[in-house]
Amino acid sequence: MDEKIFKLNILVVDDEENMCMGVKRCLANYMVEDKDFADKIVFDVSSVTNGTEAIEFISKNKPDIVLLDYKLPDMNGLEILEKFSGSNFIAIIITAFASIDVAIAATKKGAFDFLAKPFAPDELREVLRKAAKTAFISKKARALEEEKKSIRFEFISILAHELKSPLAAIEGYLRLVDERIKGDDLSAYDSMISRSIERIVSMRKLIMDILDLTRLESGRGKRVIENISLKDITDSVVDGLKPSAEKKNVSISIDVDDISINADKTEMEMLLSNLLSNAIKYNKENGSVNLKIKRDADYINIECSDTGIGMKEDDVKKLFNEFVRIKNEYTRNIEGSGLGLSIVKKIVLLYNGEIKVESEYLKGTKFIIKIKPQLAVEAK
Amino acid sequence: MEEKKFKILVVEDDADMMEQMDMYLTSRGYDVIKAYTQKEAEEIIDRESFDGAVLDLMLENPDSGFILSHKIKKSFPERPVIIITSVTKETGIYFDKENDNNNWIKADVFLQKELRFEQVDAELKKRLVK
Repeated sequence: MDEKIFKLNILVVDDEENMCMGVKRCLANYMVEDKDFADKIVFDVSSVTNGTEAIEFISKNKPDIVLLDYKLPDMNGLEILEKFSGSNFIAIIITAFASIDVAIAATKKGAFDFLAKPFAPDELREVLRKAAKTAFISKKARALEEEKKSIRFEFISILAHELKSPLAAIEGYLRLVDERIKGDDLSAYDSMISRSIERIVSMRKLIMDILDLTRLESGRGKRVIENISLKDITDSVVDGLKPSAEKKNVSISIDVDDISINADKTEMEMLLSNLLSNAIKYNKENGSVNLKIKRDADYINIECSDTGIGMKEDDVKKLFNEFVRIKNEYTRNIEGSGLGLSIVKKIVLLYNGEIKVESEYLKGTKFIIKIKPQLAVEAK
Repeated sequence: MEEKKFKILVVEDDADMMEQMDMYLTSRGYDVIKAYTQKEAEEIIDRESFDGAVLDLMLENPDSGFILSHKIKKSFPERPVIIITSVTKETGIYFDKENDNNNWIKADVFLQKELRFEQVDAELKKRLVK
């Protein structure tokens, strides 16, 4: 397992110097391990002897755990807790007067646990083991939350950019038309209008792809697992793609066994249409696309190969990342959302499968996919 | 006497932007030489004569526009170069001539991506010597 040493900062606030020293000694070689996580937790202990110093230290150093004496020379421990209510440290109250009232008041103010003075080293370690585990988990959760936020931000930034570019292109054309840049002959504007329509169509495709992707990612969309014929789905997907294939004079050959599997029909359509439309889009004039679907004992094997423009090795590596579009002189005029293969990969993973790519630059690309049929599940 | 037709090198990897820039500049009386990549542009700079250039900053390299601008200005310091960028919007990095103390950026003007084509025409006109 991938284990790391995870250090937690502890502050001891106690007016008895001996107590501070004792805690330091007791935790010096102490390490917390837990079955719930691979990391090992160690402690770095600092100490102060009054409330004012404690407040300063906490504000400045943001310790993970604070061992707080209830009775300090200049204030009581609860006042410090109050001051930092809503902070992220875990507070353990040390008290020689273990009254119920103090315990209730402290818990209300967010204390995590208590240590009654005098305590044995083992008691201290046990209380800290619990506190450390909580601190570790909440620290990890906060880090994960931050990471999620930054991924979401990045996704939205790219998305905004991807939506802005077609709008800018269409706006540009409209402005030129508005200016009658080509004079009064309407036919002179044909190419501008058809390019604008193309950009609008691909913008709509981008929006649909985003909806597909979020649906797959959230797991919230309704999946209907039923017995479906892959042959029928292939036929209807190929039908839908015929116009774009004819435009480039790309021939599509199908070698699909008459297989029925348990799967969600929409997901299978998305999978096949993304694969096939890529094979057509990134093909050459008069090229060909070959789709094979065969069943073996465990898997459905899907192979989609084309005689297209292929990819360089470096490009293949980043292929499944969101919004990745391979940019070169051959792909300049090809529209795409950059999400198709992210969608394909998500679906393959939903079906406990795998996806591989073999590609040769300027020769063609082959996607090899294995998926497992789903167990029959009642439609929700 | 007929006015001189200026030849402008436009380097842009977005097909629509190129098409529009071409149409606009042509309608304003320029001749346009098109290059879609830094590599294509480098060959044209070595081989062909032109009076000014409009460069997209990010092509196959994120700083393609700078490299091309440097190359043009080294041999032909009098030719105006306009760099078009969306970098400021997206990264907050701001380029301008005043803040460029080392003067390592050789371009004459930076225009933000959401430009109007009239701006390109105006900036070129200001700098092209009749």
